[in-house]
Amino acid sequence: MDFLNAIVALLNFVVVPATVYGSQLALGALGVTLIYGILRFSNFAHGDTMAFGAMVTILVTWAMQAAGMSFGVLPTALLALPFGILGAIALVLLTDRVVYRFYRAQKAKPVILVIVSMGVMFIYNGLIRFIIGPNDQRFADGARFIISHRDFKEMTGLREGLAIKTTQGITVIVAVLCVLALFYFLNRTKTGKSMRAYSDNEDLALLSGINPERVVMVTWIIVAALATIAGTLYGLDKSYKPFVFLQLLLPVFAAAIVGGLGNPLGAIAGGFVIAFSEVLVTYAWKKVANYVLPEALAPDGLAQLLSTDYKFAVSFVILLIVLLFRPTGLFAGKSV
Amino acid sequence: MKKMLMATAATALMAGSAFAAGHAKEVKIGVILGFTGPIESLTPSMADGAEMAMKEVSDSGLLLDGATVTSVRADSTCIDAAAATAAAERLITSDKVDGIMGADCSGVTGAILTNVAVPNGVVMISPSATSPGLSHMNNEDNGLFFRTSPSDARQGVVITEVLMDQGIKEVAVTYTNNDYGKGLADSFQAAFEEAGGTVTINAAHEDGKADYSAEVGALASAGGERLVVAGYVDQGGSGVVRAALDSGAFDTFHFPDGMISAKLLENFGSEIDGSSGAHPSPSPELAEAFGNLVDGAFDHTSPFTPESYDAAALMMLAMQAAGSKDSNDYKSKIMDVANAPGEKIGVGELAKGLQILKDGGEIDYVGATGVELIGPGEAAGTYREISFDDGKDNTARFR
Repeated sequence: MDFLNAIVALLNFVVVPATVYGSQLALGALGVTLIYGILRFSNFAHGDTMAFGAMVTILVTWAMQAAGMSFGVLPTALLALPFGILGAIALVLLTDRVVYRFYRAQKAKPVILVIVSMGVMFIYNGLIRFIIGPNDQRFADGARFIISHRDFKEMTGLREGLAIKTTQGITVIVAVLCVLALFYFLNRTKTGKSMRAYSDNEDLALLSGINPERVVMVTWIIVAALATIAGTLYGLDKSYKPFVFLQLLLPVFAAAIVGGLGNPLGAIAGGFVIAFSEVLVTYAWKKVANYVLPEALAPDGLAQLLSTDYKFAVSFVILLIVLLFRPTGLFAGKSV
Repeated sequence: MKKMLMATAATALMAGSAFAAGHAKEVKIGVILGFTGPIESLTPSMADGAEMAMKEVSDSGLLLDGATVTSVRADSTCIDAAAATAAAERLITSDKVDGIMGADCSGVTGAILTNVAVPNGVVMISPSATSPGLSHMNNEDNGLFFRTSPSDARQGVVITEVLMDQGIKEVAVTYTNNDYGKGLADSFQAAFEEAGGTVTINAAHEDGKADYSAEVGALASAGGERLVVAGYVDQGGSGVVRAALDSGAFDTFHFPDGMISAKLLENFGSEIDGSSGAHPSPSPELAEAFGNLVDGAFDHTSPFTPESYDAAALMMLAMQAAGSKDSNDYKSKIMDVANAPGEKIGVGELAKGLQILKDGGEIDYVGATGVELIGPGEAAGTYREISFDDGKDNTARFR
């Protein structure tokens, strides 16, 4: 019984939050890694692309809620998601047309494009704050829990509860669907194959008649869709605040680099590595240890490796270690 | 050059003595508050409160055989220690005030105290500085500093009493990572452990994050019957409570003053039933008496306004008790007039108090906030204890 309690406590405070956080990071990192693989620069405006897509979704959600539409037990935001994706696509395609195409034509070095993307980031920043403001926005509705900790305790008679929020379930399911769709697209469709070819060897791809502008456009569309989904899921599950997406940029990049920049599979693995290590290293193991270990061995202290203040530092340490031993990331991506 | 210096010195001396002679019957009190800066919306009514007490005393004509009291305002800016120090310096050296009612924010109050008030030996009574760092247990302030608002250290004791009365012996603490949060969390931990309780964890949280599940994971693992949230309701405090409720880590909480607001109930409603809270607030009878006295002249419910009235009143009553307006004479009398024994003096009864003191009697100043000075001269404060039931906050009692 104690063993079960330990497992449930671990599930409730480590596995469930880390899985959800990992899915959100993985979706974000996929966008970063696609841009890096195909357009060959680190897109610092990605966090704000997520924020922008989520913002459009929120505005449409509010309109739907005002019009009395709802999605039953599921959040209305899922219905509004396609509109958010369209909004984000429009924004990134416009940005590409106005900004990035100019530098592409000049064959600008990647480092210049990185700086350009920071400029774009600041403009998006301002745009978002201008439209929706810097404050917390709430837009979640529908049922809050798939299973609440009280119900779980009553059902199982255990001392520990397990809570799974609706938004957490949706996050994981949507993330899995997105990843499956993306891999099907990249590996099975003609456009996807041409994208991979362009990524592997630009000159060879051009010689074989692949239209570069089309590849770039499709990439932006996919990235905008992924960013909006990641941003909306994060906002639904936690809270929507524009500044938070700027902070999210750090773990997202860490995830993409750890996995190997340019490698989609790596981005997903990286997302989960970062999420689990952030939570595991800062978790206080006292409760679990008290259940599992015999009384004599139970720790007096919290058995916590690092205070939660240092959460973000964990991603950097992992990044450092991985880059020291495998400069191209866990799944051989491009070296940075 | 030498002659010039001599002449200047002589002139200054003469002017000084002439000034002193001409104003023997005048008491000047400096009112140094942040008239510009982050709390500029609060300070006008605070100053009005203090000046109302001065007018009351002047009108009575009883202070030090008919002295009139005048107020000299200065700007503390609340955040700029250099500007506040310069303003206080001016009050003492050029306006020659006999005492300072202020300052307001803890940071500038500390700066004025160490740089100006202590070197010049002038009494300071702050109506609003609450940092435990200003409690001068070892007389570093030469007994010159007092405050009519409670220190956050006092709040730590109040939280301890509230929890102990409910039979809670083991709690977890989370605080917002700044001077307020850390000061309150540490003072609470010290008080709670002294009373025989256990603080399982005392962990910081950063404001403005979206996700507090890692923080709550650590808090839950440490365990405890209740979670004390020393944070802000508009910031991380609510985020931590939300994550704790969702994951089932804690069902009940204790909310210090930073968390008590209508927003708290709006966010959580009946989910926090069974929780407790406490924040400084004068009892309703005292608040009403003060309101009647002010009679709409300014906003008497504005925070720290009754404290300002009390700060100025205490200073003048102490002068009367000492029979002198010299800081070094009356500083030791402030505790005497504020605390028992003696006749209780409420708001609007300053003339009565002055008369009793003149006749050699003793008074126990109650004023607008029920002043009771403890420790190194700071208000014990009246706290409103709150219990949360059925999605409402009910006043349980005052302590």
